[in-house]
Amino acid sequence: MKPLLAVILAVALLSGCGGESSEAATSGAVTVFAAASLTEAFTEIATAFEAAHPGAKVTFNFGPSSGLAEQIVQGAPADVFAAANTSTMDKVVAAGLSDGAAEVFVRNYLEIAVPAGNLAGISGLADFAKPDLKLALCAEQVPCGAAAKKAFAAAGVRPQPDTLEQDVKAVLSKVSLGEVDAGIVYHTDVQAAGGRVAGIEFPEAEQAVNDYPMVVLKTAPNAAIARAFVAYVRGAEGARVLTEAGFARP
Amino acid sequence: MILRLGKDRPPVALVAPAALATVFLALPLVGLVARAPWRDLGDQLTSPEVASALRLSLLAATMSTVVSLLLGVPLAWVLARLRFPGRGVVRALVMLPLVLPPVVGGVALLLVLGRRGLVGQWLDGWLGMSLPFTTAGVVVAETFVAMPFLVISVEGALRAADRRFEDVAATLGASRWVAFRRVTLPLVGPGVVAGAVLCWARALGEFGATITFAGNLPGRTQTMPLAVYIALESDPEAAVVLSLLLVAVSVVILVGLRERWIGAV
Repeated sequence: MKPLLAVILAVALLSGCGGESSEAATSGAVTVFAAASLTEAFTEIATAFEAAHPGAKVTFNFGPSSGLAEQIVQGAPADVFAAANTSTMDKVVAAGLSDGAAEVFVRNYLEIAVPAGNLAGISGLADFAKPDLKLALCAEQVPCGAAAKKAFAAAGVRPQPDTLEQDVKAVLSKVSLGEVDAGIVYHTDVQAAGGRVAGIEFPEAEQAVNDYPMVVLKTAPNAAIARAFVAYVRGAEGARVLTEAGFARP
Repeated sequence: MILRLGKDRPPVALVAPAALATVFLALPLVGLVARAPWRDLGDQLTSPEVASALRLSLLAATMSTVVSLLLGVPLAWVLARLRFPGRGVVRALVMLPLVLPPVVGGVALLLVLGRRGLVGQWLDGWLGMSLPFTTAGVVVAETFVAMPFLVISVEGALRAADRRFEDVAATLGASRWVAFRRVTLPLVGPGVVAGAVLCWARALGEFGATITFAGNLPGRTQTMPLAVYIALESDPEAAVVLSLLLVAVSVVILVGLRERWIGAV
């Protein structure tokens, strides 16, 4: 069996393993570290991937990209890393852990999230300078916070936040519970929250677009399935789910 | 430490696991010290943000210990001395924050005390008072998580205390309140101190409930554990320095209280 497996693997690798149909060698476990904002889309894609590749099992670690990058650099057992911006990905690449170049697979725009009904009457970034409103932002150290900082700089607004949350989902939950009047999240988060949260677009979002790169890691014990997963995300089914979730094509 | 030979020698079956436990507890600290960037230590420690996070941590942990003493000692007395229906339920409630993941505790506090919460909406509507994102909110979150340590210690001390002293006080005409104040409390004093120290230490390290309920804003709600977590996102070395500072401060304070603490346990 061993030589046969090797041949199949070799063929799969030579053929770039790009198509969603080449699942001959793609069984086994793959551990994906992905930005918190990818939670819903990647979970859905993984279900379809597992259905298309019998024997494959995708395990996720969702969290703030910067924290995930740190875990990977410290030796966490990840096979695939998908980050919410390029600077966090650069840390992993600089550590020599990426197998090939990281490629951007989706982009995401910032949006103002308000609780359903928008009782505070938020209309744009300028409202974030009002000290009497309860406002949540991401901490500057995580990608959503870094992007928001750029957008505020572009708008010339000095925000007066009440809390700097540890990741974008924490901002979203404060908004959906109605504990804050507004927060800055990604367009995709507003979409994922359903009716509990309303989104307000703002022109400065153009200045702070996040590119999401994805890479297979050198440490992946089963590179074939890791590549197959990455290819699947970039393929037709992945694109459909990601677009539906509100991500833009790169 | 005195080690005597012969049959007084401490049994290996106890000393060996104790040594293993000590190593197990010490190793993470060794890891922090080994990774600490000693050269930039000064810069990190003198930054105003670190000073404000440390000040806020000490203030909030002390405040929540005071609140825990005011509410927790009476609760421990009620659990130890009164028989009433539902005592088992109350005791289980005391254990709840110990088993609940602190983040869940924080969400639960938001659902009750948040401005749309069951109680919080009235606080907000009538008093214009809102706990989330305030230093008071930090104290509430830390008290929720840390008070059980005090209640359990004090209840244990009350159960172990000789009740005959209280009975004698009663025969001499003391009311239960006077007996509690003049006889019981001095008797269980070391237990109260031990509980308060545990409670304070737990509050000082509190992270999950605090960041979920009170949020994270430097100077207002960002305690040291939150500063460490956020620093970890971008600058792991700074996170190590902040952790060491928190450990050092708590060790200094705990060692200062050691005599009384050991006396109680």
